[in-house]
Formats: sequence, C-alpha cells, structure tokens
Amino acid sequence: MNVIPLGLFELSLASLLVLLLAWLSFKHRLEIERPLLIAALRTTVQLSLIGLVLNAVFTIVNFWLVLLIWALMLAAAGYEVMSRQKVKVKGPARFMIGASSMMLSSFSIMVLILALVIKVEPWYSPRYAIPILGMLLGNTMNGVALAMNTFSTLAWNRRAVIEQRLALGQPSGEAIEDIWRESVRTGLIPIINSMAAAGLVSLPGMMTGQILAGNTATDAVRYQILIMFMISSGTGFGVILSLWLMRRRMFDTRDRLRMRDSFHVG
Amino acid sequence: MTGNREKPALAMNGLQVEQFRFFGRGPYNFAVPAGSIFGLSGSSGSGKTLLLRALSDLDPNEGRVTLNGVCSSELPASEWRRKVAWLPAESLWWHDRVGAHFWQIPPLQWFNALGFAEEVVNWEISRLSTGEKQRLAILRLLQHRPSALLLDEPTASLDKGNIVAVENFLTTYLKENNGLAIWVSHDSEQLERVGACHYAMLLGGEMRKLR
Repeated sequence: MNVIPLGLFELSLASLLVLLLAWLSFKHRLEIERPLLIAALRTTVQLSLIGLVLNAVFTIVNFWLVLLIWALMLAAAGYEVMSRQKVKVKGPARFMIGASSMMLSSFSIMVLILALVIKVEPWYSPRYAIPILGMLLGNTMNGVALAMNTFSTLAWNRRAVIEQRLALGQPSGEAIEDIWRESVRTGLIPIINSMAAAGLVSLPGMMTGQILAGNTATDAVRYQILIMFMISSGTGFGVILSLWLMRRRMFDTRDRLRMRDSFHVG
Repeated sequence: MTGNREKPALAMNGLQVEQFRFFGRGPYNFAVPAGSIFGLSGSSGSGKTLLLRALSDLDPNEGRVTLNGVCSSELPASEWRRKVAWLPAESLWWHDRVGAHFWQIPPLQWFNALGFAEEVVNWEISRLSTGEKQRLAILRLLQHRPSALLLDEPTASLDKGNIVAVENFLTTYLKENNGLAIWVSHDSEQLERVGACHYAMLLGGEMRKLR
C-alpha cells in the first residue's frame, strides 16, 4: 500500500490544464470560464476540508461521530432528491419519502456488508463505513430521484387516463401499473448499464483508486464486484420503496386518485 | 332506512341515494328503481358530471348509496365501480389497439348492434373517429355487466343513425339485465324515447322534476 505522494507543485501543474481551458473559453467567448474556475475552486476547498474532517474521524473511531456524518450525508441526499422533482408531493412527505426509502435501503445494505461480508472491526469503522455509504447513497440517490420524478410526472400528466381505468373497475395498483413499471425501469437503467459496461468500457472509480494505491488487480476487482452488487440492489430497493410510498399518497383508501390534493407542480 | 342490512326483505331493488353530499353539494335524496331510467338535464356547470363521479365513488362523498340493498362502503371500491359504472363524456384509451382494453371479448351481437364487425378489436386506437371511440367505450363499460349505468351524454358525439342504435342497444341491455341508468342528456326528446323520467339540475345543484 505505497502510493506515490502528490505534492502541491504537482497539483498546481495539473491546475494549469484547467487554466488553459479557461483561457481558451475566454478567447473564444464561450462564457464558460467563470463557472469552470469557480467549480475548480470549490472542488479544491470542499475536498481539502472533507479531507481534514475524514482524517480526524478516521483516527477517533467514535460511533456517534460516524452516525452524525451518516445523518448529514443522508439529509443532503434527501434534499437533492427533493429538489429534483418537477411534480412535488405536498407537505413534509416531499422530503421524507426520498430520505426514508434511501435510509432503509442504503443503511441496511451497508450494515449487512460491513458486518457480514467485509467483517470489519468494529463494524462502523469509519475508514470503511463512510466511503461505502457515500458510494451507496450517491447511486441510490440518482436512481430514486429519477424514478420518483418519472412516477409523479407521468401520473400527473396521465391522471385522466388513470381515473378512467379506476372507473372501469381496476384497482389502483392495476390502473397505474404501466407508469409504475416505466418509473422503476427509469430508476434502474443507469446502474444496470454501468454493470454491463464495467470492465469493457470503464474501470469504475473505486477499482481505479485501489489499483493506483498499489493493490493487486484481483483484490480491486473483488471489491468492485461487491460494490456493484451493493449499489444495484440498494438502488433497486430504494426505488421500489420510494415509489410505493409515493403511490400511497396518490390514492386514498377508496382507490380514488388524489393527485390534485397531494401533489403540485413546480 | 338504517335497518337495511337487518331486514333485506325491505331493501328496494335499484339505486337508492340518501343524504348524499360531495364537494359541498347536496344533500341528495332520490331513488332509481331497477329497470328504469332517470333522465337528467341542466346547463353545464350545474354539477351533473360531479354527481355521476361521486355516485361511482371516484370523488370523496358522504351519505349512503345502495344498489339492490348493498351499500357502497360494503364493497371494495373497484367492485362497486364495476356495478355502478360511469361512462365519461369523453373516453380515453391507453393501449395501442382496441382489443387490449377488453379482458373478455363482448358477444358478437353487441358489436353488430353498434355497427362494428368483430375485427374491430384489432383496430388501432389512433385511427378511430370520436364517434367510434364513444361506441366502443360503451362496449368497454358493459364488460363487467354493471347493473347501474351512469351515462354522461352518451350520444353527444354521434351522428343520427348511431344515436338511435346506441339508444336501442342501451335500453335492450337494461331490459335484459334488469338494470337501471342515470342518463344525462340535453335532448329531452331522447329522454322521452328511452322512456326516462326527466329531472333538471339547476345551477345551485338542486334537482327539479320536469316530467
């Protein structure tokens, strides 16, 4: 495990590339130099700060501190999912549907993997627990946000059709089944595609990192396969759970469509 | 009439509406005996469609609606809607072909009575005219053999020949199945032809008997 350390001088060499790109944009009036430089600066500052935090957390190994960081990560993911909805659920459920389904799926899978598969001691060991939850949440968040947005938007646009299906005596689950299926697919397609392309087109980030850090390729591959299984199942369970919670708000106990009462656009 | 369930012998056959409220309207109290047609007219905005929707339990409502002695709350909502079936003024279709909207293909004479051959099940929805959609929507509605039809201007989009065909088809269906209907129409002659009593819904939602 001996990584060639990166000095500040080497980093500033790499930053020249970004500056070159910014100069190109300025010269040709592409008007992208400002956001590019601001984003590059943010990356530097944010990652440096989180590096300091993680260094501290890794040495302290305190369960409550790890729990606090998990909670912050989850809240950020929940907020992100919420802000990506075009047709929004009214009330606190707007945040809670995404957050609770991500918590149930990502947390339980993380605990399962840490305690039973990797068998770290203690199971909440931050060196494993934080990056693994980060990877899980990042992917689950994308899937859940995509699926929820598809589900509510399609149900809103096709609410008249859903009502006619109800009027013909279909139970709510049947009246919305094609929208349900389409939304689950939309949420899962990205992760299914990246599993299918892994190794052929791309070497996933974690594996690349481990190889750069000097691990054998075989070890890196095993970890990557584990991660792929985790994030695909985590995304799948999170997507299904969130859509199920959302569907409960679309219909009342008498299978009446309540889109106008429980959702709003914008 | 709270003793209906204990004394089923007293239960009237047909649709009975008691203290029925929805969206701040009502209370409505009326009955439609089995085998009869309740004609309803009134200017748009008076709430005729809302009444039909609420009766098939698609909108929140209070009060009591019974069909042949069975209260709507005693059945799952989907089962109630198969018995008390609403025909919307404009029908919507969600599959590509006609046949996919039927879980059992209706008898051949039904198709014929409304001017179709049986091949119609293979037709594409996108190629149907408004009138064809409306006539097919009626066949689609009758799949579960509902005993109460809530018809929202069932012939508004049809030409003269098809209006008569639909009137005859629906009255025959009701006769053969001892069913009943609430028939919303602007055409008082039509209500007379199908043998309906005639009520008008006023703008406030009040119902008044005309004939």
